[in-house]
Amino acid sequence: MDATKKPRLGVWKFASCDGCQLSLLDCEDELLAIAGAIDIAYFPEATRGEISGVYDLSLVEGSVTTAHDAERILDVRKRSKKLVTIGACATAGGIQALRNFADVREYAAIVYAHPEYIHTLAASTAIAEHVPVDFELRGCPINKGQLVDVVAAFLAGRRPNTPAHSVCIECKLKGNVCVMVARATPCLGPVTHAGCGALCPSYDRGCYGCFGPKETPNAPSLSVWLAGLGMDEKALERVYRSFNANAEPFRNESERHGAQDHKG
Amino acid sequence: MSERSIFREEGLQALIEALSRRGFRVIGPTIGDGAIIYDDVEALGDLPRGYTDEQEAGRYRLARRDDAALFGYAVGPQSWKRFLHQPLLRLWRAERKGQDVIVEAEPPATEKLAFLGVRACELHAIEIQDRVLIGGDYVDPHYESKREGAFIVAVNCGTAGGTCFCVSMNTGPRATRGFDLALTELTLEGGNGFLVEVGSPAGAELLAELPSRPASREEMDDGDAVVARTAASMGRAMPAEDIHALLMRNLDHERWDEVAQRCLSCANCTMVCPTCFCTSVEDHNDLSGAESSRTRRWDSCFTMDYSYIHGGSVRPGVASRYRQWMTHKLSTWFDQFGTSGCVGCGRCITWCPVGIDITEETRAISDSEKLLGAADGKS
Ligand code: SF4
Ligand code: SF4
Ligand code: SF4
Ligand code: SF4
Repeated sequence: MDATKKPRLGVWKFASCDGCQLSLLDCEDELLAIAGAIDIAYFPEATRGEISGVYDLSLVEGSVTTAHDAERILDVRKRSKKLVTIGACATAGGIQALRNFADVREYAAIVYAHPEYIHTLAASTAIAEHVPVDFELRGCPINKGQLVDVVAAFLAGRRPNTPAHSVCIECKLKGNVCVMVARATPCLGPVTHAGCGALCPSYDRGCYGCFGPKETPNAPSLSVWLAGLGMDEKALERVYRSFNANAEPFRNESERHGAQDHKG
Repeated sequence: MSERSIFREEGLQALIEALSRRGFRVIGPTIGDGAIIYDDVEALGDLPRGYTDEQEAGRYRLARRDDAALFGYAVGPQSWKRFLHQPLLRLWRAERKGQDVIVEAEPPATEKLAFLGVRACELHAIEIQDRVLIGGDYVDPHYESKREGAFIVAVNCGTAGGTCFCVSMNTGPRATRGFDLALTELTLEGGNGFLVEVGSPAGAELLAELPSRPASREEMDDGDAVVARTAASMGRAMPAEDIHALLMRNLDHERWDEVAQRCLSCANCTMVCPTCFCTSVEDHNDLSGAESSRTRRWDSCFTMDYSYIHGGSVRPGVASRYRQWMTHKLSTWFDQFGTSGCVGCGRCITWCPVGIDITEETRAISDSEKLLGAADGKS
C-alpha cells in the first residue's frame, strides 16, 4: 500500500438482511479510532454509478440473487485489491438459499400480488461462486470481534485469527458443560465452524450452525447420534437447513435425510 | 501403613477456612450447568452433597444418592488443567511509542491455589503435566508459578464412574503420592467423617490446626475397604497387555478408518483430557497498528491447523488424526516421557459427543490380533 495514501475500505451490499453491516456499525469505537487513517465508503444494494477508483479492501455482504447482482459483483471484484465476504449470505447463500431447494416461481406466486414484476434468479449463491474471494468471514451474523480482527489483519498483512475448527473447542475453552452430553440437547457444534464463542451452548442451547460447516465436518456421524437423541428424518433434514443450507456438507446431509423421508 | 487421623465434616469446613486464611483460593467440586464442575468453594454447602454422576460413552447425568456423601461421584468435565495450564493466556503485549516498540512479557500469576477433592487419576495427570511443562529444559513460567504454590487435598474415590478405568492403568483409585492431605469419606457413628492421610510437611502443619483425632485400626480398615470396593467396580478396563507395542504393530490397522467414520474431529476428547497439553499461539493487533499481543490457547491434534506446515496439513484425514491422538496417549508418550499419557479418568469417553471409547478402540485392535493368532494357530 502507498504509505502516503489512506487505505480505502469499501463495504458492498448484496441480498442480505443487513445484520452483518450492523455488526460493522457496532464496531464504531474501533473504527473511529482509525477514521483518520482509513477511508470507508458504503455502497447499498441499489447503488448505480458514482463508484470510482480502486479499493484496498472490500467487504461484501449478501448473496447473489439477481442478474443485476451477478454483474455488479464482477465490477466490485475488479475494483478491489482484496475482497473479503462477510456473513453466511455472502459465504454460503444465506437463509434465502432455501429457495435452492424449491421452485422460486411458486414462492413468488404465493408471496406477491404481481409475481411478474419479480426478477430473480432461481438460486441464491455465494460470492465465491461468481468471483475469486480472498477471505470468507463466517457467521449469521458475523462476530464483531472477528470482523475487527480480519480488518486489522488485512491492514497489517498478518493472518486473521478465525480458526476453522469446531464450536466445541470454543465451548471447552470457556468451560461450558456440553449440552449434548449432559442434557441430551441436540447440538451442531461438532460440525460447525468456530467464531461465535459458543454463544448458544453458553446459554444451555444447542448450536444452530450459524457459522457453517467446520473443516473436515462429519455430519453423517453426528446425524446418527442426533437420531439416537430422538430426531427423526424430517427433523434431520431441517436441522442442517438454515442459514448455511447451501453450504455443501450441510446441503448434502440435509438432502440425504430428505430423500429418506420422502421414500418413507 | 503410616498413622492416619479422623475428622468430621466440621474438620473439612475448618480445613477450607484455614486454607483461605493462608491466602489460598480454594477450588473444589460444585454443581454448575447440570454437572459437577470445579469452581471456588467457601463452605461445605458449596459441595455437591448427596449427588452422584451417571457416566457412559457420550452421556453424563447428575443423580441423587440415597445418602449425604460429599464426594460420592467420579470426575466431571473439567480437570485441574483448567487452573494450572489455562485455556487462554496472554504471553506478551507490545506497544509502539514513537520510534520504539516496548515489549512487555506477561508476568506469571501470583495467585495461590488450593485444590479440594483431587482424585488419584488426577494426581497422576498433574504429575504428567509437571514432567511435560516444567520437568525439562524449557520451563513454562506460568504453569510453574501456579503449580509450585498449590496445596492439594486428594480424595480417595468412594464411587467409580461408568467410564473410569484407573485400575487397569495403575493410577487409582487410591491416592498414593503427590498430595498434601488425602481424605477417604467414611460413615461414622453420628454422621460422615474423613480418614485423613498426611502427604507433606505442609499437610501435617495444616492438619495440626484442625479438630482431629487419631484413627482406630478399624477405621483405617474401613477406609481401605472403601477404596477396594471402588477398585472392584470400575466402569471400564484397558486390555491387559503391552499397549505400547500393540499399537505400534498396528499403525495400518483397518480400525483407524472405521473409527474415522464415527469421529467428528471435534477435539472434545483432547480438551477434557487432563494430560493433553498442546497449545497454539495467536497474534493480535489493533486497527491502528499501535498495539499488538500474543495469546496462547489450548489446541488439539484433531484440528487441521495444528499439523499445518508449509503447503498443507500433515494429517488431512481424520483416521490419521485419531491415530495420532490415541497412539500418543497410549504408546509414543512412553518414548517421549517415560509413562503412559493416559491415566484412565474416562473423560474422553464420557464427553465425546458420539461416545467413542479409547478402551473399546484398543480392545478392537487387540481382539483382531487374537483372532488372527487363533486362526494362525489352527492352520
Ligand atoms: S455443547 Fe455443542 S458445541 Fe459445546 S461441546 Fe457440546 S456438542 Fe460441542
Ligand atoms: S486419554 Fe481419556 S481416559 Fe486417558 S487420561 Fe485422557 S481423558 Fe482420561
Ligand atoms: S478413574 Fe479412578 S481415580 Fe479417577 S475418578 Fe475414576 S475411580 Fe477415581
Ligand atoms: S474421538 Fe470423539 S471427542 Fe475426540 S475428536 Fe473424535 S468425535 Fe470428537
